Amino acid sequence: MNRKSLTLHILLIAIAFTLVLPAFSVATPDAAERDLQPGSPVIMQAQELVQALKKPAKPLVFYVGPEMFYQQGHIPGAEFVGPAERPEGLKKLHARAASLPHNTPIVIYCGCCPWSHCPNIHPAYNELKKMGFTHLRVLYLQTSFGTDWAEKGYPVQKGS
Amino acid sequence: MRRAVRFLLAIIVALAIFETARHLEHRTSGIPPPPPSVAAPDLSMTDLEGNHINTGDYRGKLLLVNFWAAWCVPCAEEIPQFMKLQEKYQTKLQVIGISIDDKESELRSFYKSHKMNYPVIRGDQRIADGYGGVPGLPTTYVIDQEEHIRGRLVGATDFQKLEQQISSLLK
Repeated sequence: MNRKSLTLHILLIAIAFTLVLPAFSVATPDAAERDLQPGSPVIMQAQELVQALKKPAKPLVFYVGPEMFYQQGHIPGAEFVGPAERPEGLKKLHARAASLPHNTPIVIYCGCCPWSHCPNIHPAYNELKKMGFTHLRVLYLQTSFGTDWAEKGYPVQKGS
Repeated sequence: MRRAVRFLLAIIVALAIFETARHLEHRTSGIPPPPPSVAAPDLSMTDLEGNHINTGDYRGKLLLVNFWAAWCVPCAEEIPQFMKLQEKYQTKLQVIGISIDDKESELRSFYKSHKMNYPVIRGDQRIADGYGGVPGLPTTYVIDQEEHIRGRLVGATDFQKLEQQISSLLK
């Protein structure tokens, strides 16, 4: 094998590895793990939600984080559900969504802590997905609701 | 052939940079600290041991007020680091943990199992409002010896930078 051919082989292996690696990361049974990857159409950016909430047919917005943060400030019109990491939070989410048509546009958000560590988004998403909701989106808040929504000047409502 | 190899190499390098940047952006985020003239609130609180705490009593010490929760993974990961800072700087610095845990039993269990060496308080809206609100967890306020807020760290704390700031404020 000459030098050129060896380089080409190494490059092809590197490319194959780069292409195959993401397939392993999405090959999990968890719907949230599969659907909430960066760039996924399920993920909604703040600006997109602001625009969606201005339309007559706005989505339902469910807040699935701790109550203190909701009281401090939340997206106007967002319904408080509570931390979805807890069984009681999931039960409440299930009960609220049970009577809704499965094609209802729903946006869930938390923003209690950094996106990669939020304990509430994945269970909430999995629950609604399991119930059959087809128009489900998740608001992407990289650091927190305060940092990525309130302090960016997007509308905030205080209290309950 | 050589051009094609260079092109492929450039793609691989670009992908590697993109992936690294994507991972780093999830790790930490600092937001601009409030201006140095912002006065820290003087709050009365009771810690988990039943001790009454007045933040004003810590005047003359550097104060780190850390908002956290036991269920918050990045918060929990930071606790040993705050304990080390408390141990290292002893009388020159005071860490106060403000927990927003809704379940007191989980908080107490964490507090005991980690043998936390600084006061921990169950937070509420009054305390959060005192600091101008808490944007998310973890959030840490750095308060100087004259009771001015000198920094606010939101998201996973960069302890190397924090310690640099501590050293500078203690000079």
